[in-house]
Amino acid sequence: MQIDQQIAEIQNIVDDVLTMAKAKGATEAEASMSKVQGIAVSSRMKEVENVEFTNDGGLGISVYVGKHKGSASTADLSKAALALTVEKAIDIARYTSEDPCTGLADAALMATEFPDLELYHPQELDPEQAMKIAIEAETAALDYDERIVNSDGAGYNANQGIRVYGNTHGINAGYPSSRYSLSCMTIAAKDDDMQRDYAYTVSRRPDGLKSAHSVGQEAAENTVSRLGSRKINTANVPVLLDKDVASSLFGHYVSAISGGNLYRRSSFLLDKLGAQVFPGWLNIQELPHLKGGLASSSFDAEGVATKDLHVVENGKLSQYLYTTYSARKMGQTPTGHAGGIHNWIIGDTGHTDKALLEEMGTGLLVTELMGQGVSVVTGDYSRGAAGYWVENGVIQYPVHEVTIAGNLKDMFANIRAIGKDRDVRGGVQTGSVLIDNMKIAGS
Amino acid sequence: MSNNVASHLLTDSGLDIPALEKALGQIHSHDTDYADLYFQSSQHESWVLEDGIIKEGSYNIERGVGVRAISGEKTGFAYSDEISEDALKKACNAARTIAPAGGKIAVAGFGEQAYPQRYQPDNPLLGMEEAEKVALLKAVDGYVRKQEPDINQVVVSLTGVYEEVLVAASDGTFATDIRPLVRLNCSVLMENGDRRERGASGAGGRHTYAFFQSDENGRPAFEQLADDALHMARVNMEAVASPAGTMPVVLGSGWPGVLLHEAVGHGLEGDFNRKGASTFSGKMGQRVAAKGVTIVDDGTLQDRRGSLSVDDEGTPTQRNVLIEDGILTGYMQDKMNARLMGVKPTGNGRRESFAHLPMPRMTNTFMMAGQYDPQDIIKTIDKGIYAPNFAGGQVDITSGKFVFSSAEAYLIENGKITAPVKGATLIGNGPEVMQKVSMIGNDVALDRGVGVCGKDGQSVPVGVGQPTLKVDELTVGGTA
Repeated sequence: MQIDQQIAEIQNIVDDVLTMAKAKGATEAEASMSKVQGIAVSSRMKEVENVEFTNDGGLGISVYVGKHKGSASTADLSKAALALTVEKAIDIARYTSEDPCTGLADAALMATEFPDLELYHPQELDPEQAMKIAIEAETAALDYDERIVNSDGAGYNANQGIRVYGNTHGINAGYPSSRYSLSCMTIAAKDDDMQRDYAYTVSRRPDGLKSAHSVGQEAAENTVSRLGSRKINTANVPVLLDKDVASSLFGHYVSAISGGNLYRRSSFLLDKLGAQVFPGWLNIQELPHLKGGLASSSFDAEGVATKDLHVVENGKLSQYLYTTYSARKMGQTPTGHAGGIHNWIIGDTGHTDKALLEEMGTGLLVTELMGQGVSVVTGDYSRGAAGYWVENGVIQYPVHEVTIAGNLKDMFANIRAIGKDRDVRGGVQTGSVLIDNMKIAGS
Repeated sequence: MSNNVASHLLTDSGLDIPALEKALGQIHSHDTDYADLYFQSSQHESWVLEDGIIKEGSYNIERGVGVRAISGEKTGFAYSDEISEDALKKACNAARTIAPAGGKIAVAGFGEQAYPQRYQPDNPLLGMEEAEKVALLKAVDGYVRKQEPDINQVVVSLTGVYEEVLVAASDGTFATDIRPLVRLNCSVLMENGDRRERGASGAGGRHTYAFFQSDENGRPAFEQLADDALHMARVNMEAVASPAGTMPVVLGSGWPGVLLHEAVGHGLEGDFNRKGASTFSGKMGQRVAAKGVTIVDDGTLQDRRGSLSVDDEGTPTQRNVLIEDGILTGYMQDKMNARLMGVKPTGNGRRESFAHLPMPRMTNTFMMAGQYDPQDIIKTIDKGIYAPNFAGGQVDITSGKFVFSSAEAYLIENGKITAPVKGATLIGNGPEVMQKVSMIGNDVALDRGVGVCGKDGQSVPVGVGQPTLKVDELTVGGTA
């Protein structure tokens, strides 16, 4: 079946479900449905390990009976299951409280234009081809260095799917998308020391992935370079978050400016609209319509049109992120952020990775972060870290079993530079981030 | 059909025992060693109270079958969210592509094995009227606001799962299980001027919701839960910056057992050890922890969150001693890794759902009691940290590095617990830290039933526990 036809079929189901909800007493309703097919193939020690055929789908509906909300979802898409799902949602709305802020977003905010964002690049799901790619990556890794003694395997994943959203304002829109990824994880050993590390590549297009050979080599390189890791002494030093891990820093920022945490008064950035949070040179743009972007979409999870935004302008918090509900709670307008952000581009200072090391001089280059020690309520930050000790801009030796700690408020304000080479493998595209001063806990 | 689960999952979809045998036979017509079918249906609900009103309620149904074929170290896997003969056939055809045509092994006739039930086959969703569920949430909110009238935010959530599973395998395994699971969470936010702090707590297990109303120390269990959340917020309102560096740390009993889960548990899962990827690989029979340290994974504990009557491969759970008096004595195994390592499965084969592959996972993992009074342990420390509550952790099983984040902690000064300190991440190396356990308390306890363990993108409910422990040296990631 052609993809357009499949989308139309799912749109019909969404329509049916919304009609059913209305017939059963819903004043308003919204439904979303997805169907994703794929393969996940992994190799280990140059042999095929797992071949998985994935096939996921489901429908979720929220109904509003007056100002009472009920939700239900099902992975079973039979007629009987869909009817039961609608009934359950209506049932639940009998028991939830009246809430003046609940309901669909205003009709005027709904997306009306659905440009092709080039998210769908289908390719036949061929396990044989996937095996070849995974084994090629792993072979490149295992053959890279004699200290690579073992492997946690390589994996090739391909997914193709459809997402449809509709509500009783009349919007019923869907689009197809694809996603391909290749990863490789290796183990290096020398004497008693055993270390693992990995590399990966991800793209909407099968030909957008880095070559299997280069992914394998990068994994091996990363792993070997961690052999001989040591602890360092407890100290206050500059920290350079490698671009592979730096996006997490902006992930905490997303969380802190999200409406859900604002109306719950659970953010250290509450009442800070317009405040200088970052250095004056730092800008963050959100580009939801980026062609082929991993977080591109012309509408959010509530049908609200997305648009280009200056999230941070000249270092100032210029935009909070609202869903319909959090916007009403805060007396604001929804910003198209139900379901998350859409392609953040973090501004840089033009430094190359090498120039960043020189700019730091002496400090810790962090390539791995571990654990959940971050509080968005207070901004307190304390996470496990591994990476490399740097002196006078030159990497000296690998470091592990330390923590980096501070408060996000200070960490944001103390960003001294951001590299121009961006990691583009996620919803936040950033270069490596140099932070002036953090507490390292070690020996 | 022998029971209700089989009738719900098979008969209602037009399947019967011969159909399952046929499906497995279809896989074994290729050169496979083992094949299994995992049927599952689940209902999940959640209710959320916020701002004093019932804000959200949701209900989810899921149903499907997962088909696995194993040939040597290779696994083929396919699944369908539709249970029917046709869908089963399609999934079997896909899964068996892992091996070439030409089967060598016959499917064994099913034998249904008797095993003890570790929980009641109740449906929590049906066990309480909706109005009563709502009333329970409001009771928690009311109790919190009575204790702390100025409190700003109170969020209470109640979730319940009812799950039926059926496993049929080519080795003759045929098992069914009914698995209830409930959880109640309470989160509060306190404010004083610019200072805001959160406190949270949760509890649950394989019960019905009545568990939360049951008596605990002469009052309903939910009151204890609410008190715990309030206590955490109050303590954190006063907390000062945590010290940074390496120092002695005393871990409280119960939930801080998350340390063992990260530092030891994952490293003792069979798959990592078969592959030689764990820091504990090849150390069977060797000393890997200090004398006195005995660590157990026990899936048989009555009504516990991490318990299972049978695992997701139809193997009855058991009590597995992983480390005895400091000596490594056992790994946790699923069928595949057990076979490849030449040992018996241990009842640790678990999967998130029919759409995920099983692998060796923990159930309830805890350290056995020692001899010391917790107070006497504190007294031995001049300067250190006492950490009775944690938020979660993570481990790199290859290097052994693990972290976990304290949610409530205090300074120990001159043998006394003094000022509360802000949450900090603790980092160490599993085998090293286990050698540095110098005192073990007599107060072993399990957590209240909130653990979620993630591995390879799959989440399963688990339990953790331990007595009060002294670790001579751990790195504390504070700022002071």
